[in-house]
Amino acid sequence: MENFKEILINITYLVASFLFIFGIKRMSSPATAKNGNLISGIGMLLAIVVTLMDRHIISYELIIAGLVIGSAIGAVLAYKVQMTAMPQMVGLLNGFGGGASALVGMAEYYHTSLLGFPDDGGKFLVSVGLSLLIGAVTFTGSLIAFGKLQGIVTGKVVKIPGQNVVVILLILAIFTLIGLGISQPDNMLFFELVVGLSLLLGVLLVMPIGGADMPVAISLLNSYSGIAGSATGFVIDNNMLIIAGALVGASGIILTNIMCKAMNRSIMNVLLGGWANVADTGAGDASAVDKVVKSVDTEEAAMLFSGASKVMIVPGYGMAVSQAQHAVKELMNVLEKNGTDVRFAIHPVAGRMPGHMNILLAESNVPYDKLFPLDEINDDFKNVDISLVIGANDVVNPAARNNPQSTIYGMPILNVDYSKTVIVVKRSMNAGYAGIENDLFYMDNTLMYFGDAKDAISKLVNELKAMNS
Amino acid sequence: MEGTSLLMLIYVFVLAAFVGVELINKVPPTLHTPLMSGSNAISGITIIGSLIAAGIGETNASSIMGFVAVVFAMINVVGGYLVTDRMLRMFKKK
Repeated sequence: MENFKEILINITYLVASFLFIFGIKRMSSPATAKNGNLISGIGMLLAIVVTLMDRHIISYELIIAGLVIGSAIGAVLAYKVQMTAMPQMVGLLNGFGGGASALVGMAEYYHTSLLGFPDDGGKFLVSVGLSLLIGAVTFTGSLIAFGKLQGIVTGKVVKIPGQNVVVILLILAIFTLIGLGISQPDNMLFFELVVGLSLLLGVLLVMPIGGADMPVAISLLNSYSGIAGSATGFVIDNNMLIIAGALVGASGIILTNIMCKAMNRSIMNVLLGGWANVADTGAGDASAVDKVVKSVDTEEAAMLFSGASKVMIVPGYGMAVSQAQHAVKELMNVLEKNGTDVRFAIHPVAGRMPGHMNILLAESNVPYDKLFPLDEINDDFKNVDISLVIGANDVVNPAARNNPQSTIYGMPILNVDYSKTVIVVKRSMNAGYAGIENDLFYMDNTLMYFGDAKDAISKLVNELKAMNS
Repeated sequence: MEGTSLLMLIYVFVLAAFVGVELINKVPPTLHTPLMSGSNAISGITIIGSLIAAGIGETNASSIMGFVAVVFAMINVVGGYLVTDRMLRMFKKK
């Protein structure tokens, strides 16, 4: 009977692993993605149910309490969260996953110390050490990322004196302690210190990452949470955990890579808070004094739009901040009613996480086939009558293309300046995240439409409606 | 699965990572947020280890940690899958 149960459990784990892979495969198209998520969820449900039959599980009180409490909190979070707040939601969930991995590592370590450590050439203890390190770093790192995105922790680059040296020493200390813990497993202090220092390391690693670099941080922490899951799999000898964790780890690494490429920066440069250093001096080279900015009011803007046949909307983080996505959808409706062709161009790092703009526009019912990524749309700007830039800045700065002295030189940008007219919705002339002037604002074909994004777009919609009626 | 060699586990990890890279490279940018929250939910697979740690039958440091781990992992799993579903429901073609 025990033997049969064991086989059933292992076969179910195999099935669950397959369902995770198949589920992610179906994420490759918006048409099948919802079904893919469901399939992956079924895999998870099967894995949980069958684990409850495991012979190591003797009592169920704590398990049931934990399942109920965790599910309730998770469900409330999932239904309450606003779409604009999705980056911090994912950050928070990452943190819980990492925290769980570290806790399991520690629990297994304490438990095994009572039973006697296995004679396996250190495999168990190495795995415990790694799961504590990665899990704890993911936990505090994600909480800091959450805090930064939520505005609880400052979004600025924060460094302690000698930051890089401290971080390197901390990492060396952690690996030394893991080594000591392996050679003297009965002395619990070593692994307990590993947890403590790893929690600190997580904080130090994320504090120097500034607001607009958050897409990288979130992607990387996502990867860590997967690797932490894999490490737990090594601790409890479970292939399914290793497979599931590796899938997530790979996903996070790929997204991290895409984000870095989209900013033309190395991962190290982002992690060390590189841009912000340059930004302090970079702001000085701009000579705004002798440049002329042309602005338009609502009426003039509406006139221009009513005469346009091709419009490209370029959203950025400013659209999320002012919750302007619904107003933007209304603008699309009015323009389309007028016979204007409206499309959206999305830069990979627009917003605070990969795909942030896409979910906001999906929320306001903009069909996803109207959204185009940078590499598909960039050659089309020259055929566009009006590019409407809403709350985006650095990702449309032509300096990235033609000023080798600029800090953002080489970063792929959306070529909005090639369109006949550019209208920029912006609250003020303040610089973007990179802290540099945007040449776009001073170009002959650029018009500034000052105001809060939601407010300005709503006014524009009303004006257009009035003109049409 | 006790007694599996470390090398065997590393094999599994490396191969699964390759599968992950192949699959995720095909996901379009428009789905990157749901991909992240959905894969995040999968990383809640630590729930398996949490359940075993919480159910050892005694109340001690291990089982209490296991209990907290179950809560954490379940927030990750349930929150992750539900929020991903909520997002994906919004994606509509014209």
